[in-house]
Amino acid sequence: MHGLREPQAEETTRRQFYLTFIYALWSLMAAALALPALVYLFLPPKVRRGDEWVDAGDITRLQAKIPVELAFRKNRVDGWKVTSEKQTAWVVKLSDRKIVAFGPQCTHLGCAYHWDETSAEFICPCHSSVFSVEGAVISGPAPRPLDRYETRMENGKLLLGALHESSGPKT
Amino acid sequence: MSRKERLLVWLDQRTGLETAIRNFLYEQIPASSGWHQVFGSVALFLFLVQVFTGALLAFNYAPTPGDAYNSLRYILAEVTAGRLMRGLHHWGASMMIVVVVLHMTQVFVYGAYKKPREATWIAGVILLLLTLAYGLTGYLLPWDNRAYWGTVVTTQIAAKAPFVGPYLVRFLGGQGEIGVVTFARFYGLHVLLLPPATVVMIVLHVYLVRKHGVAPAPGDEVLTAKKFFPEQAFRDTVAIFAAFVILFLMAVMVRVPLEQLADPTDTTYIPRPEWYFLFLFQILKLFEGPLEVIGSVVLPALAILVLLIIPFVDRGRMRKVTERALAAAVVALAGIGWAGLTITAAVTTPKPAVAARIDFSQPTDWLQLSPVEMAGIGYFRQENCTACHTLGQGKPEIGPDLTKASIRKSGAWMIEHFKRPSAMVPGSAMPPIQLSDAQLNTLAAFLLKLNARNAEALQSAPDFAVMGALIYQKNQCGSCHAVNGVGGRLGPPLNGLKRRRTEPWVEEHFGNPQALSPGSVMPVYKFSRAEMQNMVAYLFVLPE
Repeated sequence: MHGLREPQAEETTRRQFYLTFIYALWSLMAAALALPALVYLFLPPKVRRGDEWVDAGDITRLQAKIPVELAFRKNRVDGWKVTSEKQTAWVVKLSDRKIVAFGPQCTHLGCAYHWDETSAEFICPCHSSVFSVEGAVISGPAPRPLDRYETRMENGKLLLGALHESSGPKT
Repeated sequence: MSRKERLLVWLDQRTGLETAIRNFLYEQIPASSGWHQVFGSVALFLFLVQVFTGALLAFNYAPTPGDAYNSLRYILAEVTAGRLMRGLHHWGASMMIVVVVLHMTQVFVYGAYKKPREATWIAGVILLLLTLAYGLTGYLLPWDNRAYWGTVVTTQIAAKAPFVGPYLVRFLGGQGEIGVVTFARFYGLHVLLLPPATVVMIVLHVYLVRKHGVAPAPGDEVLTAKKFFPEQAFRDTVAIFAAFVILFLMAVMVRVPLEQLADPTDTTYIPRPEWYFLFLFQILKLFEGPLEVIGSVVLPALAILVLLIIPFVDRGRMRKVTERALAAAVVALAGIGWAGLTITAAVTTPKPAVAARIDFSQPTDWLQLSPVEMAGIGYFRQENCTACHTLGQGKPEIGPDLTKASIRKSGAWMIEHFKRPSAMVPGSAMPPIQLSDAQLNTLAAFLLKLNARNAEALQSAPDFAVMGALIYQKNQCGSCHAVNGVGGRLGPPLNGLKRRRTEPWVEEHFGNPQALSPGSVMPVYKFSRAEMQNMVAYLFVLPE
């Protein structure tokens, strides 16, 4: 009895040893390939340069609370290329000391909105989001206020920095 | 039945998946099967790794001569794990050649190609040729000097093939020159045509292996057959794992070169093929003039033909591997011949030009620095400034981050600060730097140029260039010559020197300027051997 069972038990441990190794080694290899692949695909690439300040033009003749769309050229880092492209900003003089520049895209789904003079509101033509002159959401599906550029004044000229996604509630 | 078992039965009844896997794993194999039969599985695994890493590289790669090089540099310098992916793909290709050849050698030595396995062998030979075709087409894709000039030679050889030469050249998209069309053809072959062809051939190859079974050794018929799983599957797994570990270590530790952007006007470049083609390159040298075609086309074609007809020539019954001395001798001779040719080719390859020694897979902003700033890097390294200061990244050290604009003052202030740190910054723990005023001035020039964006790029300046710039500064070459727009106008500007002169000429010129350029007012300079090498190397990497 004892003599018959012994080789069988040995056979089982051998098989178990093979199986353990096969699973362990393949799992290791799968992880060693999958983890770098995920990092490669999903981590943002190293940034080569910070956002530079661009000259958006003369704003000395800007009237209070009447937005103007200013066009300027800005370098955009796109993968291995840096392209100079035309961009715009809606610039509003909220008070003598405060000038705000909004990104030109609606915060709902990225359509280009415009200033409606009669109602004195920003209106998005796609899904009827409406923003106040301060960029706050008045009505419509927009989830957050208009995005703002960093701004700086130099000799009556407006310099624009990075475009920051606005945060928080609709106002 | 447990829930898991019920699920498996349900799945198997509808897909046949479990039965298929069972049939595959529990294949009968001869009793003599063992460690010598693992190479086919390793080759298949390496092919899958190539497909995987190749697809990932393609996600960040632009296959045109205009963009290929920049997108590859982007993968290497900016994409996380990009260098690893390229390393795996590059070394995986080399490793695949090694493993495929080992696989063939094993089959050859054991005579496993004999009746009825002739077709399996022929499919294997075709797979070998496909593997080589990947090497040939993939070589062009980085679009650096190495890729460009290597492919120029390859296509010229193809053009010289009798009868088919002109058609071959047209198929490869060029009339002797390499441009956008050739590039597109090579890329198309590499990623669109060769992979499906390989998959078809692998399926056929594996199907034939299964159809005829693994080749038995004489004597196997009296022993009980084994099953593939788990013992042989374990052996395959261990071999695959060993190959994978080697590949991974190479990808991490051995830097894959990237040279300067392909330059068709570069007359100094010495093209060499990838190591596994070096023997062909060396054979070519043995035949000159009208006989060249023997080395370039006839011999390789004959070799392929011999491989294809081996099973029809060696038709005897299966013998034990120990009785196949002739096969072993053939392998040994082929191995010695291959190694001899490869070593000769490697040894006789001249030292590459300096530009080919720069690693272009890193940022190369240092090429734009003036000599005084370059020399400043030398003092910066010599004084070991990074022991106490950070450069933008890493955890804060004792000293301030040197890339911060706020700590930077005028050059004069910095020199005073270097001499008596605490006099300028009360409480500073920095030790005074023991350098001459001129040297401190140089160091200040470099630090004024440093910012968060270029810190990494400037640190990657190779030692030979830094040493060269130090000698350049010490001898005040800049009073007469200009580099990168900085310096005197009395002598010629030194950018573009590599276009005008050779390295030996410049070395000789230092020793006796008037002999080589009559009327020159340049003084004689005596440099040590090492100084001369660094100096000339530095001058020859300057951008044009």
